[in-house]
Amino acid sequence: MTLTLEPVHKMDKLLRSDRMPHIWCPGCGIGTVVNVFLNALIDSGLNPDKVVVVSGIGCSGRAAGYIKVDSFHTTHGRAIPFATGLKIANPELKVVVFSGDGDLIAIGGNHFIHAARRNIDMTVICVNNLAYGMTGGQKGPTTPLDAISQTSPYGNTEQPFNVPYLAASCGASYVARWTTAHVRQLKKSMEEALAKKGFSLVEAISPCPTLYGRMNKQPSGLDQMRYYRQNSVYSDGADPKEAAITYNGKIMVGKFVDVERPTFLELQEVSLKKVFGTEK
Amino acid sequence: MNAVLGASWGGVKAMTATSGPGFSLMMENLGLGVMLETPCVLADIQRAGPSTGLPTLPAQGDMMQARYGSHGCYSIIAISPSSPQEMFDLAIKAFGLSEKYRTPVLIMADAVVGHMSEKVVIPPPEKITTISRRKPSVPKEEYLPYQADSNLVPPMANAGEGYRFHVTGLTHDERGYPSDSVEVQDKLVRRLIDKIEKNKDDIVMLEQDEMNGADVVVCSYGISARIAKFAVERAREEGLKVGMLRLITVWPFPEEKINEIAGDIKAFVVPEINCGQISREIERACHGKTDVVSVPHLGGGVHQPGVILDAIRKVAK
Repeated sequence: MTLTLEPVHKMDKLLRSDRMPHIWCPGCGIGTVVNVFLNALIDSGLNPDKVVVVSGIGCSGRAAGYIKVDSFHTTHGRAIPFATGLKIANPELKVVVFSGDGDLIAIGGNHFIHAARRNIDMTVICVNNLAYGMTGGQKGPTTPLDAISQTSPYGNTEQPFNVPYLAASCGASYVARWTTAHVRQLKKSMEEALAKKGFSLVEAISPCPTLYGRMNKQPSGLDQMRYYRQNSVYSDGADPKEAAITYNGKIMVGKFVDVERPTFLELQEVSLKKVFGTEK
Repeated sequence: MNAVLGASWGGVKAMTATSGPGFSLMMENLGLGVMLETPCVLADIQRAGPSTGLPTLPAQGDMMQARYGSHGCYSIIAISPSSPQEMFDLAIKAFGLSEKYRTPVLIMADAVVGHMSEKVVIPPPEKITTISRRKPSVPKEEYLPYQADSNLVPPMANAGEGYRFHVTGLTHDERGYPSDSVEVQDKLVRRLIDKIEKNKDDIVMLEQDEMNGADVVVCSYGISARIAKFAVERAREEGLKVGMLRLITVWPFPEEKINEIAGDIKAFVVPEINCGQISREIERACHGKTDVVSVPHLGGGVHQPGVILDAIRKVAK
């Protein structure tokens, strides 16, 4: 008697296995963030048929292509407005934006701040590897001051965005940051974010050994993970103002914001009721 | 523009409207709309440019941008209303075409039509014909988001219906998965173009007036066509044989029809509020069979009918 073992993995239902292998480099953290997200999605109890993932452009932007829910790979920086349209057209959907720091915070920065301001009901997962990976390691909106990149070979002279502070100051309902060395905490935050009404942001600091790490004395993914382990400072409820990332400095992790604010659609419904006496 | 695309994938009919500079900004994601085959409508109430130009005085300077504005090769549908009534009627038509052919449809109006007050008859809802996207008929696990049948348009599932599809602005195969193969690119882009160009009979709308026996045909669109009509009527009073061809759809371009007319006339006269964008397209379609006289206006106002009349007189001799 022969025993045939069907390879079954609990992620099979949520991953497009026919698209494997993925494009990410050895040591890259994006796969970890996808894995954590899918685990959070499973444990959230949400119906995957009603979950959509929208990505922009870049290495992290490829995540939408591997996640087996209705998924959209859009243009550079425009994942958030695309997601906004989906949510407004069909409020039943759980809308998740999965993209990178360059996509969300530089070219997509305007969409990011206004989605947070309007408290549009969506979860944004920002994989932050501190540089532009796909295009060759150029400095980006989150590259720490003094860090080496392809376009700052003598050290970055631009002051970066502190992503949790940016989101919090624009009105996000939920803001957390972890690194890929904190998979359990990251998963818990993603679950909380998925359950949160309004604009939720989970920032995942993630290694890019090929481009960022190599130029900044952390040549392997493991080196970067070790750096995260040794330098992360956990502080739930800390002021996100203090969470700026400095070159090879401490990384503040934890949940910064968890508040209730009326969402865009809720306020619209209140107004429609007031004006027309009905919801729609 | 992306919110419009997202809303369309969320299952509703979605549109946005802009003027000139906004149209330039939307080109990037108009391309995404074409590539994802997303039904939607975009109205450009054209103003004089370049750049901020004359806000908000009329022009028709975005006609070529409507055709070629986003990068890469593709075809598009663009409609040019001449009156508030047509703004209403053609907006419904635009949505119908966008849903049927799964493409963004452009309403290329201008600041005169956009600002105009005129009687508009709104028919009762049951008199209005609407078209909605074709839904997949295969079991959910067999659905391929870009598998087209003979009419070249794939059925469309909306987000949240359980099909678990992936779509991307990257060149993609029938599964919606990215590919860097030349063959996949050729097949996809050819279909994106053909689904519009090969259905011209269904898409193209023209208004023809006294074309039989005409020596000269005035061809125009939008507000310019209404001014041209006045000039054409004066010319007829002078005994000149002048036909009038109004392009209600400008893209896809009715080049077969133009070519057919070209063999029978002395010249086309083409007034438009730009420096000859559609007149050159007519010239191309004529294959040298007849003269094409451009009557340009650089925007901020409309033609004086006399200018068009003079052009007609000159070529009718």
